[in-house]
Amino acid sequence: MDTGSKREEIESQTDLKVRLVQDADLTRVIELDALVTGVAKDTYWHELYARHRQRSEGEEFFFVAEGVGALESTLLGYVIGEVRAWEFGSEPCGWLFALAVRPDARQMGVGEQLMTTLSDAFRNVDVTTMRTMISRDNHLFMSFFRSEGMMAGPYIQLEKDLKP
Amino acid sequence: MKLQIASRLAIYAVLELAGKPDSQMSAAEIGGKYGISTHHLAKVLHTLGRAGLVRSVRGAHGGYQFSGNAKRTTLMEVIELFENMGGTENRTSDAGAESQVGRALGQVLQEIDDLTRATFSSITLSTMLKLMQR
Repeated sequence: MDTGSKREEIESQTDLKVRLVQDADLTRVIELDALVTGVAKDTYWHELYARHRQRSEGEEFFFVAEGVGALESTLLGYVIGEVRAWEFGSEPCGWLFALAVRPDARQMGVGEQLMTTLSDAFRNVDVTTMRTMISRDNHLFMSFFRSEGMMAGPYIQLEKDLKP
Repeated sequence: MKLQIASRLAIYAVLELAGKPDSQMSAAEIGGKYGISTHHLAKVLHTLGRAGLVRSVRGAHGGYQFSGNAKRTTLMEVIELFENMGGTENRTSDAGAESQVGRALGQVLQEIDDLTRATFSSITLSTMLKLMQR
């Protein structure tokens, strides 16, 4: 793939479309996840999508961003968030647990639009707090979420090594 | 936590200038806005200039202008020009650091340092400018 001309093609598009995921998107979602994480997770995604389809309306939101016009078949990114209630003593809040944007489509507002769409979806079900969890070393995501107005919340993730 | 005074002055100055990237301000103008001595600020601006974050503009209406990339420059990069933001190397020379208590305390302090570094490293000047507007 000629990433230079692909990026120019994406940049030339002034619009992108963010919509709910459809069955036909799954393959492209899996490919994008493998591209950005370096780890192929076919089984994980098929199981996740199967569970997603079983969720009640307003429990989980799975949006994809795709190009328009000549880039209509290009999946630019996705975001998944779910409403979790009373876990860790927290009132219902929205958890963003997956977000990815094609490397050659970054810094073009794709992530921002995905975040905005998910935020609106959470507000529509009266959820007024959105949380996520990020590795301390993931400066890219940390910077992005900070730029979207996210700050450290009142919870701390603790962990313990259980290896014998 | 508290930042050293030079780090704070640097953050004030660089954000003041990054907020108006097409304009320039003198050290006196920035100092006047924040109640900072021009003498202190000039030293800070000199260091920021050497780091490529600001440049001096000569002439009758000269001053300083932002010359960095607000979307790519983090608070950590500004702070580290003026102070060392921690690490075990700072504590190994502390009295008692090698004792059992010292090593356990070192672990706790390292956790705090790691969180501090992660926070400062994740906030760009651009994000700070957005925060200022909220």
